Amino acid sequence: MSENEKDLTIESYLEFLRNKKLMGTKCKDCGAMYVPVRKLCIKCNSTNMEWIEMSGKGEIAAFTTITVGTPFFVEKGYGRNKPYCFSVITLQEGPMVSGQLVGVDESKPDTINVGMPVKATFLETELKGETRVDLGFEPI
Amino acid sequence: MGKLARKVALVGAGMCKFGRNFPLKRNPDMWVDAWIKAVETVDNGIEPKDIDACYVGNYSSDLFNHQGHLGPQMANLVGLTPKPAPRFEGACASSGIALRQAIIAIASGVHDIIAVSGVECMTEVSTTQVTDVLATASDTLFEYPAGATFPGLYAAVASAHFHKYGTTAEDLMRVGIKNHENGKENPYAQMQSSIKEMMQKKIARLEKEGKDVPDWKDEFDYLKSASNPIIASPLRLFDCSLITDGAACLFLAAEDVAKKYTDTPIWITGTGQGSAALSLHDRDDLTSFIATKESARQAYKMSGLGPKDIQICEVHDCFTIAEIVAMEDLGFYEKGKAVEAIKNGETKRDGILPINTSGGLKSKGHPVGATGAAHAVEIFKQMRGIAERNRQVKFDVERAMTHNLGGSGGTCVVHIYQK
Ligand SMILES: CC(C)(COP(=O)(O)OP(=O)(O)OC[C@H]1O[C@@H](n2cnc3c(N)ncnc32)[C@H](O)[C@@H]1OP(=O)(O)O)[C@@H](O)C(=O)NCCC(=O)NCCS
Ligand SMILES: [Zn+2]
Repeated sequence: MSENEKDLTIESYLEFLRNKKLMGTKCKDCGAMYVPVRKLCIKCNSTNMEWIEMSGKGEIAAFTTITVGTPFFVEKGYGRNKPYCFSVITLQEGPMVSGQLVGVDESKPDTINVGMPVKATFLETELKGETRVDLGFEPI
Repeated sequence: MGKLARKVALVGAGMCKFGRNFPLKRNPDMWVDAWIKAVETVDNGIEPKDIDACYVGNYSSDLFNHQGHLGPQMANLVGLTPKPAPRFEGACASSGIALRQAIIAIASGVHDIIAVSGVECMTEVSTTQVTDVLATASDTLFEYPAGATFPGLYAAVASAHFHKYGTTAEDLMRVGIKNHENGKENPYAQMQSSIKEMMQKKIARLEKEGKDVPDWKDEFDYLKSASNPIIASPLRLFDCSLITDGAACLFLAAEDVAKKYTDTPIWITGTGQGSAALSLHDRDDLTSFIATKESARQAYKMSGLGPKDIQICEVHDCFTIAEIVAMEDLGFYEKGKAVEAIKNGETKRDGILPINTSGGLKSKGHPVGATGAAHAVEIFKQMRGIAERNRQVKFDVERAMTHNLGGSGGTCVVHIYQK
């Protein structure tokens, strides 16, 4: 099945991620762009949507380094002495998206800044014998 | 549209002591305590037979206590079965929603008197589990895998606010210091001490143990030290609300019957509710909560009042940054200007706009689903002039507001109260 024939569902979006592709959806009527996927354009109510691959480039809109994490991140080895960075990224194409920010010094949040340019990276985690892929970002 | 078909009054309000109450007190115990306290405040008494329904606000007894279906359980404990007992959920705004729905039901004529309940028991599980349960109020599909926690989401908002308006960590600290000063005066608060007192206690303890005593000049030094660890930068421990067990109870009556219960009803003249995309990344502005703006707009319009008319307000300070953003979104201050007002002491108990006289979620505690109802309890006390200890504001409160924010701003409920 070619990319553009994939159903406009969350599962397809996640499958793209697993294949290390950051895909958005674009409204063919008004041009609005969405990441993650939407089947219904909330700007113009159109269902005339198509998949579009994102460049993965963007900049930090908001971020934080977290010491008291969720069980998933605790399992990944993060904690009081090893914080991780949660970030909201504004993609070059316009939409914002959340991802773990890696390749930064999480113990020195002062060295990370809103507006810093980043690019997408695909983070693999071994969990219960399976590999899961999550969207992440790293400084350019 | 946007009007109440008949007036609705708050005729009684009470809460149980907030704190780490489990296992000594569970949801049923705390709710009955709150009910008894609220009954005591109804001047001419109120009995279950007078009440038409019990509206329960609770976020997640399902995940915190492995107990769903809380409505009838709570109703039965106070003798309200077989009357209707629905439960409302909107994360931390759950009982704010229950209050609003009760107002709408009374205004519509379906019911005359409703008991509103807010309950939450959070300490049955560990902090990691609490963090996980709370995180289900964010977008679990796309924020959670990125590592979002509740402190983390508000910390992200803080990073954007810092960047855009130059807000600083010290500005946040002032919110916590003020709220603890208030909570110290609240016998129902979880942490009844000022930050200065906690600092002095810590110094005394270190001296006694013969350890190095840091030379903290004031609370700010203490708050910048390792005694106040980062939870999610820039938010430290003392920027976070508490993990709390608690319950609150409100009695609402239609104008036709309110006078039977009291000569001094408090009218709820404005109610508003708003929503926003669950994930921060789906919003246009990360320094503001659109659900707050929308609910405030509705409540102001309904009551005919504006931000300048409000004399005191309980705002949802789940994190210190949230109080600052709320002060701006509710229209009290221009964007970026709230921190200056806090610095000038305007929002202290003796300031021109006292905010969170109860101690706020920071010091009073934040049993998430009970918080909206507990906000109204504080306003009831302040408007009646019965706030405990040294907490009562020094002027007659004619017009007040409560602001109850759910999750990372996905839901908001605002109410306006008048004498
Ligand atoms: C910040 C937080 C993670 C701290 O939890 P914790 O690390 O498990 O803390 P503990 O319960 O182990 O307490 C450690 C100490 O800090 C104190 N403490 C805990 N939370 C505190 C807070 N928020 N502010 C000040 N002191 C706090 C405790 O009283 C205890 O003091 P002690 O050692 O003198 O007894 C937790 O309070 C939290 O998650 N708060 C936010 C809750 C939230 O997100 N609510 C929903 C908002 S939308
Ligand atoms: Zn469109």
